[in-house]
Amino acid sequence: MATASAPETLTRPSIDPLEVEKFSRTAAEWWDPESKFKPLHKFNPVRLGYIREVICEHFNRSGDTPLEGLRILDIGCGGGLVCEPMARLGASVTGVDAAEANVKTASVHAEEQGLDIDYRHGVAEQLLENDEPKFDVVLNLEVMEHVANPHTFLVDCAQLVKPGGLMICATINRTSKAFALAIVGAEWVMGWLPRGTHRFGKLVKPGEIRAALREGGMSLRSPVGVGYNPLTDQFSLNEDVSVNYMVVADKA
Amino acid sequence: MASKPLFDGDIVIAGGGLAGMTLALALEQAGLTVAVVDALEMSDQLAPEFDGRASALAYTSWRMFEALGVAEHLSEHAQRIEHILVCDGRPYGGTRPGGPGPHSLHFDREEISPGPDGKPLGWMAENRHSRQALVKALKAKPGITIIAPARADHYEHRTGGIDLVLDDGRRLCGKLLVACDGKFSRVRKQAKIRTAGWRYGQKGLVATVRHTEPHNGTAYEYFLPSGPFAILPLPDNRASLVWTEPDRVADALKDASDPVFQEELEARFGDFLGEVKPECPRFTYPLSLSFSERFLDDRIAFVGDAARGIHPLAGQGFNLGIRDAAALAEVCGEAKRVGLDIGAPTTLQRYADWRRFDSATLALGTDVFNRLFSNDIEPLRQIRGLGLSLVDKIPPARRFFMRQAGGETGDPPRLLKGERLDAA
Repeated sequence: MATASAPETLTRPSIDPLEVEKFSRTAAEWWDPESKFKPLHKFNPVRLGYIREVICEHFNRSGDTPLEGLRILDIGCGGGLVCEPMARLGASVTGVDAAEANVKTASVHAEEQGLDIDYRHGVAEQLLENDEPKFDVVLNLEVMEHVANPHTFLVDCAQLVKPGGLMICATINRTSKAFALAIVGAEWVMGWLPRGTHRFGKLVKPGEIRAALREGGMSLRSPVGVGYNPLTDQFSLNEDVSVNYMVVADKA
Repeated sequence: MASKPLFDGDIVIAGGGLAGMTLALALEQAGLTVAVVDALEMSDQLAPEFDGRASALAYTSWRMFEALGVAEHLSEHAQRIEHILVCDGRPYGGTRPGGPGPHSLHFDREEISPGPDGKPLGWMAENRHSRQALVKALKAKPGITIIAPARADHYEHRTGGIDLVLDDGRRLCGKLLVACDGKFSRVRKQAKIRTAGWRYGQKGLVATVRHTEPHNGTAYEYFLPSGPFAILPLPDNRASLVWTEPDRVADALKDASDPVFQEELEARFGDFLGEVKPECPRFTYPLSLSFSERFLDDRIAFVGDAARGIHPLAGQGFNLGIRDAAALAEVCGEAKRVGLDIGAPTTLQRYADWRRFDSATLALGTDVFNRLFSNDIEPLRQIRGLGLSLVDKIPPARRFFMRQAGGETGDPPRLLKGERLDAA
């Protein structure tokens, strides 16, 4: 989550050999199913399944490494929970995160997994300033509800997508149900996330994403909901977009 | 690494017994690259002296065998179970255990699946036939690497994976190692995972008999004071006996001369299936319950008897291994499809969570049953007789037990519903 302040310029992490062990331990925590990231791990397979399906359908791909040759950017990559699967499916992946510790943790873990991922410490807008080659797919997952100005952030992100490419967004809707479940439920009752992780006023409605991305030359498809069933302790996709939802945008 | 590994792929299975082979087929169908290592040659020839046991295949297990292409090789050797008769038998109380006693419980599949083509309560198949069918199905899948005969020595972790090293130093590289190496799992020993459990002080004497009258697909389970005595139907007027006795009695029976064995057999079996003739050989298996303290370790999953061994009285041991395989294959297939690490704790935890409840219920259920019935204490006899009669009088309870034994409760993996894992 892009909470730390961004560096002046976009940098590839350089890790002091003395720090490797420390980041390796942090990585182990990120990837431990019983750690504080537990809800993220429960949630991840559903999210990844959706992303795979959307990309494969759009680019007409299949097989064991269907993302071969596609350039994918993950904004706010954290410990690499999405970057690594994308790389395993064959994509060439770039991950950016404003928190230096996250990027270092992700780099160490990717190395341990034998995956080649281009991690950068910084924010998405800096990729634009650097005039980086554009991406086939930009993943914008659980980030926009944390940035200072979601509208300009989304307009900028749209500039990073190649013509004919996709942006896949995941965030939380600004509804009373989202307040009850995602803030009161997940943070206060279940303790899945630290209190204050999400502030109600910062949550984003699908219409707001649509308006910003239209300005960036992208058209939004219909959103899908991501629901949690407390009986089976499983997440799944559904029609209810009033709390967590995912949505795809196409660049003409 | 000194030489090129024998295999470099997703999953290495240590142990190519019934559970290991089933798992290999399920994983291959789920899109994973698999190798199986076994100490015995994988021959599709029958070896009757190899394993004298027969196993019940629950309805869901059979459906999975159909989805994996095993059933087509096994169906001519499998017997449909149409009825299950559970009796509280008393061999020395003046009546011979032959006809149903006063307290009995009758499960009839017509009740949950009527008609001549209705689905049976399960199937019975001799393990050697199941093994042969599995080997045939495996050999039809050139994508599965079979390393046999070969002896696995130990495993070694490496960055992002795990290697199984053979005793001649050759190695197989995978992202996940699955231990299907049985009750005395070597992998479990190396991982220093303790097991909880106890020996029953009983042995199961297993023998196949031929009888003159048809069994009509009925499985009989008699609870005798010395332990359960099961007559399980096999094709063409044969039955598999699982005859539980205290260790010393079982050993004596195994080594008894044919006339002595015949006499003991008739005393328990009765004459309701006509003349009974044993078909050699006889086998004994020590009975014990063991339960692993956990089902996983770093990049290792345990399946079948390596995860737990249960009392064989309900014929559920192999079914548990099959259900493990169904769950693990689905979890790993899904992980690989979305690019997750198949050997990661997050993946394996889903498997363990899925399987723990089913295993514990059956292990403890069969244990309680055995303890309750393996004695001749009068009040307990009255109570259990009442229990059997009671369940027998209440149709929903009967149907519940039938479905439970069929493996149809809870949220079953797709293979157990008969769905293939390669069909999107």
